[in-house]
Amino acid sequence: MISVATGHRLLVAFPFVLGVLIWGWLAFERRVAKLPPRPGFFRRNGWPVGIYLMLAVALWLLGMVVLPQLFMVELSFRPKLPFNQIGGPRDVYTLENYRYFLFGSTTSTESWNAVHLRSFATTIMSALFISGFNLLLCYPIAFYMAQAATGAQLRLLMLMLIAPYWVNEILRAFAFRVIFASSGLLNTMLLGAGFIVEPIDFIGRNIALFSGLIYAYTLLMVFPLYNALDSVEAAQIEAARDLGAPWWHIHLFVIVPAAKSGIASGCTLVFMLATGALAAPLVLGGPSAMWFTPIVYDRFYQVFNWPQGAAYAFVLLVACLIVVVAGLRLLRLNLTDAAR
Amino acid sequence: MTAEVALEGVTVRFGPFKAVDDVSLRIAPGEFFSFLGPSGCGKTTLLRTISGFVEPTGGTLRIGGRDMRGIGPNKRPTALIFQSLALFPLMTVMENVAYGLRVRGHSRAAQRARAEELLHVVALGDQGSKRVDQLSGGQKQRVAIARALAVEPEVLLLDEPLSALDLKLRQHMRNELRAIQRRVGITFIYITHDQGEALTMSDRIGVMRAGRLEQVGTGRALYDQPETAFVASFVGEANAMPGLVRDASDGYAVIETAFGPLQGRNPSGMKVGAQAVLFVRPERLLPYSTAVFCPQNRLQARVADLAYEGQVTHVMFSAEGGRLLAVLGPRDGEPPAPGSDVSLAFAARDAVILPPASQA
Repeated sequence: MISVATGHRLLVAFPFVLGVLIWGWLAFERRVAKLPPRPGFFRRNGWPVGIYLMLAVALWLLGMVVLPQLFMVELSFRPKLPFNQIGGPRDVYTLENYRYFLFGSTTSTESWNAVHLRSFATTIMSALFISGFNLLLCYPIAFYMAQAATGAQLRLLMLMLIAPYWVNEILRAFAFRVIFASSGLLNTMLLGAGFIVEPIDFIGRNIALFSGLIYAYTLLMVFPLYNALDSVEAAQIEAARDLGAPWWHIHLFVIVPAAKSGIASGCTLVFMLATGALAAPLVLGGPSAMWFTPIVYDRFYQVFNWPQGAAYAFVLLVACLIVVVAGLRLLRLNLTDAAR
Repeated sequence: MTAEVALEGVTVRFGPFKAVDDVSLRIAPGEFFSFLGPSGCGKTTLLRTISGFVEPTGGTLRIGGRDMRGIGPNKRPTALIFQSLALFPLMTVMENVAYGLRVRGHSRAAQRARAEELLHVVALGDQGSKRVDQLSGGQKQRVAIARALAVEPEVLLLDEPLSALDLKLRQHMRNELRAIQRRVGITFIYITHDQGEALTMSDRIGVMRAGRLEQVGTGRALYDQPETAFVASFVGEANAMPGLVRDASDGYAVIETAFGPLQGRNPSGMKVGAQAVLFVRPERLLPYSTAVFCPQNRLQARVADLAYEGQVTHVMFSAEGGRLLAVLGPRDGEPPAPGSDVSLAFAARDAVILPPASQA
């Protein structure tokens, strides 16, 4: 077992190793994809600008993204100790936080931690569902914006899509609560119109939660899709139609393949953010809703067990990455496509 | 299978703008017909009307005797070759060609067999597995033709498909297109602003201007017997000499121009005193000394410039009435020296007098 001190040294060395690995991977991808070599980075930007860009990006990435994350990862492998014992003889690397996530106990492996595991699985599945639903919802909107709308219609639609996001996320979640509550707007209207005799429990059935989450990420789906669909040449759509294709065939076999990278990046964004959503599940979640993020939150601020919280967050992150990479594999895309 | 295309008073309005204005025409089955006109004359709109992407606001369009009203582009017996070609970049050459068959639910084997056959027709037999972006411009062109032919259209519509190619390839593809049309025997309707393309390939040409069909005829008829000033100046080079009609009789007229009184044919029966323009082709304008006939028209001019083009020499003259162009062939003797004064001549039957072009 390595000591915490060695761990800290590894922690600092890791970003540099990672940097080299990523650089190598990108170079490999360029070679596999047979892209022509480009002029060097410093050639294109000049030395002063080149050095500034390198330093700025490196500091940003290391200081704001990589090191804090690595700190959390390292923390997740350490036990929760009273302050005066940190760095003491009991502060050694351990898997007990992960053991707790799986088995509900730091020592025993007899029974599964059903509550947390179920919530974890539900969150991943729900986020997948939300991504898929959002895709179906946003594809027609994005297609209309990219291929059918005139300039004025496009500007109006953009404004209508963006304007709701001027409102704070938590306020938006509460607005959904107002709409979906048992004595809320929707139930009152349905009751008044005589469609139902007693109010529907939208919140208890998680309809409110799903609606809120789907709504929260429409923009993140629409824009990558719009970008990709906009680059599909209109003449290709006409050519397919001229060759006798019905509309669904054109979408399925001509447009969607061309917009694949946009679909992948939209779905990735929505999936990642949906799994990590905190406000909407807290505000809109019914009693049966067990989103994973509030559990992680509780590790930190209710149980005050930061190492355990870090382990939970890390598990969620890894799971998300696995799902995303698997999804991209399925679409035969690589990570750089999704970042387009 | 090939079909006749009949237009009766076809009009397309975009708001107050008439893109196509009352066009009536019958294109025979198996004919190679070109619409020729400057950009913005409505020829592309007309082609899109025939293919079904634009509904005419007036008139009727029949293909093979069937009224096409309300029939979408995917249901018409036409195939369109786009100016940009619009090949599917993510599909192979083979998949591109087979797309129309795939839509129609043909079996994979049938798709493949037919696509291969067509790739042979366009001399791309061994390129089927390539991606579209690995092909040259001329090859892409032929893929687009094969893809359109795969659905066995009765009418093939071509929207300036050669405009993106370089000169040599363009000339080669003209012959190729003509040969393909003879082989498959279906009606070709070709859109171009390049009169050379229209003249070399077409059975008949329709010259369009500002949405209207100015004249329909064979290339030779358009060149030798233009019916309007626009056709005379748009199809081929022509020296235009405006003036007033002084005398008109027996199908001929004399107009008073800045070059002096000149005589020419008067096919539209212009009356004395009318504003008119006399057109004479550069190859009909010769130095008097080399003229082997007794020309009715003579005028004095000074050689301004010479351009040697191999088979012919272009000679620019400046005369009192303006600049003139003559094209001298090898049988027309030595071209005159620059700066020399020359007496030019042309026969009355080689000149045509027409009303001036109305403002479009």
